[in-house]
Amino acid sequence: MAKVKGDIEINVERCKGCEVCIASCPFTVIAMTKEVNGKGYHYAIKVNDDCTGCMNCAIVCPDGVITVYRAKVTAE
Amino acid sequence: MEEPFVKTDIRKEENIVYKRTNLLVDRPLSYCPGCGHGVVHRMLMETLEEMGLQDKTIGVSPVGCSVLAYDFMNIDMLGAAHGRAPALATAIKRMWPNRFVFTYQGDGDLAAIGTAETIHACNRGENFVIIFINNGIYGMTGGQMAPTTLPNMRSSTSPYGRDVSIMGHPLKMTELVAQLPGTYYVTRQAVHTPSHVRKTKKALRKAFENQKNNTGISFVEVVSNCNSGWKMTPVQSNKWMEENMFPFYPLGDIKVDGKLVEQKEAVTKE
Ligand SMILES: Cc1ncc(C[n+]2csc(CCOP(=O)(O)OP(=O)(O)O)c2C)c(N)n1
Ligand code: SF4
Ligand code: SF4
Ligand code: SF4
Ligand SMILES: [Mg+2]
Repeated sequence: MAKVKGDIEINVERCKGCEVCIASCPFTVIAMTKEVNGKGYHYAIKVNDDCTGCMNCAIVCPDGVITVYRAKVTAE
Repeated sequence: MEEPFVKTDIRKEENIVYKRTNLLVDRPLSYCPGCGHGVVHRMLMETLEEMGLQDKTIGVSPVGCSVLAYDFMNIDMLGAAHGRAPALATAIKRMWPNRFVFTYQGDGDLAAIGTAETIHACNRGENFVIIFINNGIYGMTGGQMAPTTLPNMRSSTSPYGRDVSIMGHPLKMTELVAQLPGTYYVTRQAVHTPSHVRKTKKALRKAFENQKNNTGISFVEVVSNCNSGWKMTPVQSNKWMEENMFPFYPLGDIKVDGKLVEQKEAVTKE
């Protein structure tokens, strides 16, 4: 059966660690790192594979640093 | 910086469903983390991209945190003196009637020093779009009280809260300009959640569609956070905005197609 899968790519050097994306994700895909990026901000990363590509996080990100992918995959 | 979950099979060019528009210049925005200005910039540029207006639009940037908007928006732009954006936009639109023209202004710019320019451009029914970012404060200069600051709201110049008996009442510019015959579309939106962002984009689209027909001013207010000025984290500031700003500045359309929408009574927090 074909299933829709999503993925996000975060430009971590441009992320300002505002955390606004976290609450917008219906599947708790995003969390903040303990490490900081070159600008000194904790940055957002993916922490599971449950992304559906709904784009919520990317739309609400003030700095527009999230790219969203979506594709149909056939489940094994 | 290793990501534990990377789905390389999906992460391909042809599977991209959302990325930062090319109408935003590829450089970091100057705004504080979590500031709504960045979202409005992106929605505005996406709207112009989708309408194919990149080379047909002239924007006017204000004085305020968005003074550098011309550094981020990859379109023709002019910078106005503080509050004078609607006057400059009037001149531009009258000289270039086939261009799409907008102003982008903060509440200090539009509702304080530029009150006269705003009201008269709206009353004359000029044919451009006004985008009004209301964060209830002078963000750029250090969080001073603005005409839009809520009753009892703390700012660097009202550290004990705005006492309306001494400092006057907040000004609802958007309701005010909706009363003028020269405005055709007047709405108030927000950009702190995905559904609000989507609605703001629809409002911007409607505003620029209106400009095709020379119907008068389309006025889009966006109630936004100034988390630095409010002295909160971005997430806290968005919650505070929902609890305090929205009751005073209720979201939704105020005037559509030249007609006032039935207004719900605004609840003022005392
Ligand atoms: C003629 C003039 N008066 C005062 C200032 C100082 N000043 C710069 S920005 C600003 C207010 C900005 O507030 P707002 O328009 O709300 O924008 P924000 O930074 O909150 O987005 C003021 C008073 C100035 N630059 N020029
Ligand atoms: S695209 Fe949707 S599901 Fe995927 S991380 Fe972003 S908000 Fe979560
Ligand atoms: S919303 Fe954007 S800038 Fe803020 S933490 Fe998430 S990815 Fe980073
Ligand atoms: S000072 Fe306020 S309005 Fe200015 S960039 Fe920072 S959060 Fe945004
Ligand atoms: Mg302001």
